[in-house]
Amino acid sequence: MLQRVDTAVPVELQGATKTYGDTTVLEQIDLELAEGESLVLLGHNGAGKTTLFKLLLGLVRPSAGQVRVFGEDPGTAAAVARRAALGYLPESIAFDEAMTGHELLKFYAGLKGVGGAACSQLLARVGIAEAADRRISTWSKGMRQRLGLAQAMLGSPRILLLDEPTSGLDPVLRSTLYEIVESLRADGVAVLISSHALSEVEAHADRIAILQQGRLLACGTVQALREQAALPVYLRLACTPQMAASIANQFDSRAVVRCVGAQQVEIECAYADKMNLLRDIAGLGDAVLDVDIKVPGLDELYAHFTAQVRA
Amino acid sequence: MKALWILALKEVRDGLRNRWVAMTILVLAALSLVVYLLGSAATGTTKADSLAVTLVNLVSLSVYLLPLIALMLSFDTLVGEFEQGTMLLLATYPITRWQIVVGKFLGHMLILLLAILLGCGLTALLIFLTSDNSPQNWAAYGWMMASTWLLGGVFIALGYSISAFVRERATAVGAAVGLWLVLVVLYDLALLGVLLADEAQAMSQQVLATLLVSNPTDAYRLFNLTSAEGVSQIVGLADVAAQAGVGQLVPVLVLTLWMFAGLAASIALLYRREI
Repeated sequence: MLQRVDTAVPVELQGATKTYGDTTVLEQIDLELAEGESLVLLGHNGAGKTTLFKLLLGLVRPSAGQVRVFGEDPGTAAAVARRAALGYLPESIAFDEAMTGHELLKFYAGLKGVGGAACSQLLARVGIAEAADRRISTWSKGMRQRLGLAQAMLGSPRILLLDEPTSGLDPVLRSTLYEIVESLRADGVAVLISSHALSEVEAHADRIAILQQGRLLACGTVQALREQAALPVYLRLACTPQMAASIANQFDSRAVVRCVGAQQVEIECAYADKMNLLRDIAGLGDAVLDVDIKVPGLDELYAHFTAQVRA
Repeated sequence: MKALWILALKEVRDGLRNRWVAMTILVLAALSLVVYLLGSAATGTTKADSLAVTLVNLVSLSVYLLPLIALMLSFDTLVGEFEQGTMLLLATYPITRWQIVVGKFLGHMLILLLAILLGCGLTALLIFLTSDNSPQNWAAYGWMMASTWLLGGVFIALGYSISAFVRERATAVGAAVGLWLVLVVLYDLALLGVLLADEAQAMSQQVLATLLVSNPTDAYRLFNLTSAEGVSQIVGLADVAAQAGVGQLVPVLVLTLWMFAGLAASIALLYRREI
C-alpha cells in the first residue's frame, strides 16, 4: 500500500470566531472533519452555518482562531489553486439562466481544469441528462439543485460542502442526493452538510454538530449526543387486564411510573437503566403483552440542546 | 491564463446570445454609413477626401456614442452577478478576483473589437469601392478604429469600477449615466466656461492643453483629428494641439492610463468586497 503523503486533516477549526462589528456570527468553534466522514451541521437560519462554510472556502476570514483545510489556511492567495479540491453547493444556488445546463457545467468544469467529457457523465449521474440542452430558465427547483450538486462534484473534490442541499426537494430527490453522498463518502470524501431537516439526516451523518447563535452546542455521534443529553427513555407496557397497578408497584422504586388506564404502564427511566428494566420486564412473563420503547430522537435532542441556551 | 480565456469566452457568448454584439455592430455600421453618405452630400461629389470627411464626422459622433455603448456593456457585469447570486459560486472556484475582472474585460474587448471592425470596416469597404483616397488617410482611418477600441476599453474599465463599487444595479445605471455626462459633455462645457471667464488669459495654452488631453474623450478627439493631414485641414484643431506640443503619443498614453486605472480600481474594489 502506498502511503498518502498528504496526511493533513481535511477540515480543522480551532477557536474560530467571526464578528461583524458588535455581532458575533461564530464564537470559538472547534471542529474537525476526517476523510470519508460526514458531519451534519444542525441549526436554525442565522445560526452561522453559511458563515462557517464561507470560512472553509476562504471567502470570509476568521476574526480570531484558526481555520485549516488540509492543514493550510484557506484564505491566502496560495489557497486559491487548492480550491479545486473543494466542492460547494450554496444554500440558494443561482445560475446564469440564459445558459443551458450543459453549457453551464462546461463553463465551471473549465474553471476547475476539468475536461468536458466529465460533464455529460455528471449530468447523467444526477439525473438531468435529458434536460441538459435546455435553458436553465425553464428548469424546476429540483433540477437546478441537481445541477448544483453536479457542479460541486466536478473534479472529484476531496471535501464536499453542501449548504441546505435538500431544502425544497421532493423525497425521491432527497434519497438520490443522499445516495450520491454515500458513494462519495465511500471514496474517502469528507462531507459537511448543513440542514434543518432533522429526521432525514440521522441516517446519513457519522456525527452531528448543533449550532445556535454562532455557538457549537454539541458535537458527536447521535449516541454520544443522547448520552450527553441524558434524556429519559420511555417504556410503555401493554399488560393483561387489571395487571397495570401491580406491575407499576414493582418498578415504582426504580423509575418514574405512571398507569395509563387499566392495561397500560409507562415507565420513564435513564438511558443507562433501560436494559436492566427490560430484562425484569421480560421476567414478568405472560402479564406483559407488548413493550414499546421510545428513545429520544434527533428532534428531541436538538430541542434539548437549543433550549438550554435560550433559558 | 486558461481561466481568463474561459471567462472571456463566456462574456462573448453571452454577448452573442443576448444580441449585444449584433446590436452594437448594427449601430456602428449604421452610424458610419450615415456619416459617410451625409458627408459626401455636404461636400458635393468630390471623391478626393471622402474618407477624411467621414473620419472627422465619425469621430465626433462616436465620442458620444462609444462611451455609452461601453458603459452599457459593463455597468452590470459585477453588480449583476452579486445581485443574481452567481458571484458567490464563481468566487469559490479556483480563480482569483483579478482574474474575474480581467477575464470579463478581455471578453468585452473582443465584443467591441468585433463591432468596430465590422461596423466601421463595412463603411471603409464601401468607400474603398467608390472613391480614391490617399494611403495616409487610410492609415488614419485604421488608427481611428484602433483608438475607438481603446476609448471603449477606457469606459468598459470605468464601468467595472462602478459595478464593483455599488450595491444595486439601479445605482450602477445612474452612476454610469452620470459618468458619461461628466466626461463626455460637462467636462468640455466647464472648460469652455473657464476659458470664456478667463478674459485676462491667465491660463496658459499649456494648462489648457493639459486639461484637454487629460479627459479620455478629448484625448481621443485630439488623437484622431490631428492624425492625417487631410483631416487636420478640415478641423483646424491641429494648430492648437501643435502649439501646445501635444503630439499623438500623449493622447494614446492618456487613454491607456485611464484604462489601466479603471481596471486597477475595479480589482481593488472587488477584493475589498465581502462575498
